Amino acid sequence: MNFRRLGAIFRKEALHILRDVRSLIAALLVPVSMLLLFGYALTLDVDRIPTAVHDLDETPESRALIERFRGSRYFTIARQDGGYSAMEVEIDHGRLLLGIIIPRGYARTLARSEEAQVQLLLDGSDSNTASIAAGYAEAVVIAHAADLRDQALRARGMGELKMPLDPRIRVLYNNELKSKNFIIPGLIAVILMIISALLTSLTVAREWESGTMEQLLSTPVRPAELLLGKLLAYFVLGMTDMAVALVLGVGVFGVPLNGSLWLLTAFCALFLFGALCWGIFLSTVTRSQLLAFQASMVSSFLPAFLLSGFMYAIENMPFIVQQVTRIVPARYFVTALQGIFLKGVGLDVLWGEAVFLLLYAGLVFTLAVRKMRQKMA
Amino acid sequence: MWERIRQIVIKELRQTLRDPRMRAILIAPPILQMIIFGYAVNLDVERVRLAFMDPDRSAASRDLRERFTASPYFELVAMPENGRDAERLLDRGAAQAVVRIMPGFGSGVLRGEPQEVQILLDGANSNSAGIIANYASGVIGAYNRELLQAQQTRRLVGRTREGPVRMTLPGVRAETRIWFNPELKSRHYFVPGTMANIILLVTLMLTALSVVREKEIGTMEQIMVTPIRPIELMLGKTIPFAMVGLVDMAAVTAIALFLFQVPFRGSLLVLLLASVLFLLTTLGAGLLLSTLSATQQQAMIGSFFFFQPAFMLSGFTFPIRNMPEAVQWMTLLNPMRYFMEVVRGVFLKGVGVEVLWPQLLMLGIFGVFILGFSAMRFRKRLD
Repeated sequence: MNFRRLGAIFRKEALHILRDVRSLIAALLVPVSMLLLFGYALTLDVDRIPTAVHDLDETPESRALIERFRGSRYFTIARQDGGYSAMEVEIDHGRLLLGIIIPRGYARTLARSEEAQVQLLLDGSDSNTASIAAGYAEAVVIAHAADLRDQALRARGMGELKMPLDPRIRVLYNNELKSKNFIIPGLIAVILMIISALLTSLTVAREWESGTMEQLLSTPVRPAELLLGKLLAYFVLGMTDMAVALVLGVGVFGVPLNGSLWLLTAFCALFLFGALCWGIFLSTVTRSQLLAFQASMVSSFLPAFLLSGFMYAIENMPFIVQQVTRIVPARYFVTALQGIFLKGVGLDVLWGEAVFLLLYAGLVFTLAVRKMRQKMA
Repeated sequence: MWERIRQIVIKELRQTLRDPRMRAILIAPPILQMIIFGYAVNLDVERVRLAFMDPDRSAASRDLRERFTASPYFELVAMPENGRDAERLLDRGAAQAVVRIMPGFGSGVLRGEPQEVQILLDGANSNSAGIIANYASGVIGAYNRELLQAQQTRRLVGRTREGPVRMTLPGVRAETRIWFNPELKSRHYFVPGTMANIILLVTLMLTALSVVREKEIGTMEQIMVTPIRPIELMLGKTIPFAMVGLVDMAAVTAIALFLFQVPFRGSLLVLLLASVLFLLTTLGAGLLLSTLSATQQQAMIGSFFFFQPAFMLSGFTFPIRNMPEAVQWMTLLNPMRYFMEVVRGVFLKGVGVEVLWPQLLMLGIFGVFILGFSAMRFRKRLD
């Protein structure tokens, strides 16, 4: 290993990056645009559910129930009394999510001290939104029912019935339950993967395609030096992206960073090193930019996006897919990121993740060097 | 003219299908992506890892624990002894929720005094946490109603002088009916959406790269000395990828229907029509990218830049309704949004042209506009 040769390769690669201004801007814009999207625009939090009411009873009692829905911030009463078929059409068009139907005789049933029924119609096609909306709507009805019961008991002079159990829900780590707080930390993994997939995977293949590899081969540079030199240039770019993401995420979007910044940086560096080695490995093997790009999309970006737990929880996947996620390095990285950001835990909890990422980086580095030596010989 | 177009189509098809690795790229990634997406993209919450902390060890607390273990949503993974152990379970992610009973719970319930039950949730994944809170409240609510019923009966029965009379109280019950996806499986929602993503990604990238590659290798000059006209070259370049796009569409539809068992309630013709209209847009965007980029790398990064907002702002995972108003207006300019609505509408709701005509119209307008615009640019570049 000769540091002068390594430095020369690094300078050459850095010049490549700096000269291709369009790609460089793109590489720096990716994290910014993703963070802006996830910070401002994209959320899974459900509120202002567009609701229609079809009140067949039209009594003070039925209107009291409607008022209760109107008072909740989760519902927006979009229309009232368009009739059942109008409601059906609106749900078909996707303009309504929830329909509340109060049957005729609602007030009379209550006056007889019996249980009245209210129908809730939900568009279940977006199942996540639908199940959350159903939970909110049923909670409104239950609260209303409890009020009616208490009123009746008081009217008969029997005092109130107290609920025997009083559930107190306490949310740890992300107590406002904002989806951006859990998505933005994981986003760092996705961004680093994009850099390695989009840029690094092309770097060696490009040299083969444009014929400059032969020129490099005629120099005394050794495989490990070539690999590390190229890698270092993209490493700097990747860490810059991480810094941008961190500043925007914590500074602008107010994502809490409860753990240690140093530990976070160390994890990022470790993960990035492994990801870059993998990109260069693919690039060496395929020798074609198109193939290298496709291969790294499928083997690094998609798993980082889908199988890492960044957005879609791993415990909900089928058993076999869960086992597959065990070999996805991004999974361990995302666990570490969410742990450091939200839970504020340290190496005492995250040592397993650190060991895995270390082993992965070592393994892929060895593989890449060996492959490069083979191809250069 | 048609003869020359035919020749280009044949050349292009031969060129792409000649290389076995290229053949694999046309078919394998879409299918692979479809399968990974289909299994991985899932927001349902099942089998919540639950820890139950019970220092009381009374009949009532055991009763409550059994309610949780009997629920299909919960799986008891630990019985921590103290609060520190419970928090450690949450820290490590071994448990997603902890139900904590207070000492004196059992005797309190017997006396009919309200008893606090603490539920600690790992809120890191806010979406799961919200749903788990719903489930837990549901279990406790059901237990509550039973205890209450018992109390009510004790108090209300036998209060009159005429002997034991059972009195009832007014109540309201919600009867929830869920349309289109009654089991609330998020897979039924995501798999059709995934199809839209894959078609966009494949056709966009292939078109952009195929033109740029000719520029990079220098074969573009050779084509330009032939008598072919720009519009013919453009059609010749896009028709093969339109065919590839339709074949991929058929493949992923088959996977959605047979592997993931997504219900298909609408008409195949509407789906085909929408796919063709959408392909106009993706092929046009691909050509546009090819005129904007000098190297394959730039074309790839460019297609990624087109794909990413189109994907995020299409309503695929994140409902458009939740976005800030300004961003909601922006999504009106996203052709992907309309295609997503058509695909989901056709699969899940079974609606046809009578409901989806605005979306189809918008897809048509976008297709003609983008393809026309890139054709104009394409011509200028060649001259």
